[in-house]
Amino acid sequence: MSAVFNSTDAGNGLLRVRRSTHSPAYTLVGSLLIVVLLSVAPWVVPAEWSTVLQNFFILVTMATMWNLLAGYAGMVSIGQQAFVGLGAYATLFFALKGVNPFYTIPLASLTCVVIAYPVTYLLFRLRGGYFAVATWVVASTAGIIIVNEGYLGGGTGKLLPGMPNMNPTSLQHLIYLVTWGVALIVVVATYFLLRSRLGLVLASIRDNEVSARSAGAKVTSARRLVFLIAAAGTGAAGAVLALSQTYLQTGNEFNLQWAAEMLFVSMIGGLGTIEGPILGCIIFFALQQSLAQQGAWYLIIFGTVAVAVAIWQPRGLWGAFRDRFHVELLPVGHWVGDRKSEMKVHRSRFARLIPARKK
Amino acid sequence: MIWFNVIIQGILVGGFYALFACGLSLMFGVMRVINLAHGDLAVVAAYVAVFLTPHAHIPEVWAFVVVAPLFGLVGYVVQRTLIQKSIDRDPFTTLLVTFGLSVIIENLLLEIYSSNGQIVNIGDLIVKSWHPQAIIYISYVSLAVLAAAVLVLALLQIFLSKSGTGRLIRAVADDHEAAQLSGTNYQHIFGIAAAIAFATVALAGIAYGMMSEFAPTSGGINLLFAFETVVIGGIGSLWGTLVGGIALGIAQQFGAHINPEYQVLFGNFLFLIVLAVRPQGLFGKKTALA
Repeated sequence: MSAVFNSTDAGNGLLRVRRSTHSPAYTLVGSLLIVVLLSVAPWVVPAEWSTVLQNFFILVTMATMWNLLAGYAGMVSIGQQAFVGLGAYATLFFALKGVNPFYTIPLASLTCVVIAYPVTYLLFRLRGGYFAVATWVVASTAGIIIVNEGYLGGGTGKLLPGMPNMNPTSLQHLIYLVTWGVALIVVVATYFLLRSRLGLVLASIRDNEVSARSAGAKVTSARRLVFLIAAAGTGAAGAVLALSQTYLQTGNEFNLQWAAEMLFVSMIGGLGTIEGPILGCIIFFALQQSLAQQGAWYLIIFGTVAVAVAIWQPRGLWGAFRDRFHVELLPVGHWVGDRKSEMKVHRSRFARLIPARKK
Repeated sequence: MIWFNVIIQGILVGGFYALFACGLSLMFGVMRVINLAHGDLAVVAAYVAVFLTPHAHIPEVWAFVVVAPLFGLVGYVVQRTLIQKSIDRDPFTTLLVTFGLSVIIENLLLEIYSSNGQIVNIGDLIVKSWHPQAIIYISYVSLAVLAAAVLVLALLQIFLSKSGTGRLIRAVADDHEAAQLSGTNYQHIFGIAAAIAFATVALAGIAYGMMSEFAPTSGGINLLFAFETVVIGGIGSLWGTLVGGIALGIAQQFGAHINPEYQVLFGNFLFLIVLAVRPQGLFGKKTALA
């Protein structure tokens, strides 16, 4: 895709095209360092910390998928808890059939994709807010169907069977590593997805849907693909949620609160950036831990911050930081320019969607 | 006869859904805003009726006389500040902001009034009913709510088609920039539309509190029903809202008759069927479609 920009201007030395704002080697070394540190964390930090980290990874997985859906493909869904729940219950279902719970994660993703595919044909008839609430209707329907399924525990819930027989600490470590692995895979996959051809199509839809269509971009199939990928990723998050909770209840797994958390962390961190939702999750957990004794106040404060950010800083905290300092940790666009004045080509989603405030 | 009763009960609850949904429909029709805090606002109205109006020595039955105008005022202010600011950004922001409001309201109520169920106390009126046939009971409260819904929709219809302000609202709904060019302060008109929407949602919330127990989390499921009502009836049609509410009510009663667990499920099915077969709704125009 860089060939588009490596044309004459760039060739004759006036302009140059770069992906990264700094040497990619720094990103690589930094990422490897984080991967190693987080992989050995459960053996180093106290057990309560690794539980918090585990929940953090689950939320990062969900938020990254929600951000792909809303921030890159423009589909605001408040029904993603459908796939959290379906992923979790798919894990329970296969575990009841005798599959090792740890091997059910890909099966859970696959189940979500299979269910999501026909659903897109209904949902894609609506747009904007109506799309959003329709996703919620779908989630509500899925929740009611599962709660009436006695085999899966009905309203009272059910314990996930077939956990491997090993000592509790090792099992905890294993669950931690799986949660971390799923989050890592989802973030890395999203990164490469956005650098691929699909990412280019999404960027063109974001900039101008009509001209993207007329240039031959298959808008609806791109959106459908993104919806299915988000279903798979969110389903995997549901599956690891089931592993970490071990006791499943529809009220928990299909809770609207998952959608609220995905939305808030993405908004606060910055929609349409990969780093944003992760930053949002860090802030969310910091707030949750420090206000743990005050009941629901962390959600009230977090919601207020999210509303304020949406109105006054719509690119989110990471977006604002990036626009000011021209730093990207995980670049998916390109920068074009001479050495003095560099201009970003693929600007963030909101650069176009949200015009500067009217003077 | 059993099925006749199912239809009667469906129509009664449908009136309530229409009352609930007309504010949602109005805000979408005029401002293109989907207010995701709609259901929670209704719950707030019910809490105000239970906890605050007794302080003003107003019986809970008559709470709506104060609460509805109060909500109208709040609606105007919220529209002119928060919602207008997010409209200025884009439709995406209005969704995020109203969803944020919804979560904030729900958790605030939870912190202040706990998760205990409450009810708007209307004395023994709640159990009185008209009993024309062996198994048919028509509760006076439900009947009153249905009548209120029809009255509110009729008044809204007359207001929008006959009055000067109503004409302005329709003009702004069609094209707010053109209306502004002709000298209309469209933000003020948006505020009035929001005031009407908030007042009706307050009525709906108090009606809900009279008919059943409510808790801070009741808003979500009611927004779902209101939304289903709007889509089934047809986006942007007032009388469509009434028909949509009744259709949803009958579908739910039908499901509940088969198995009490299926009440919501059958409503969802009707919604999904309408979406598949006639996505513009029974009376709608093709505005919200892809």
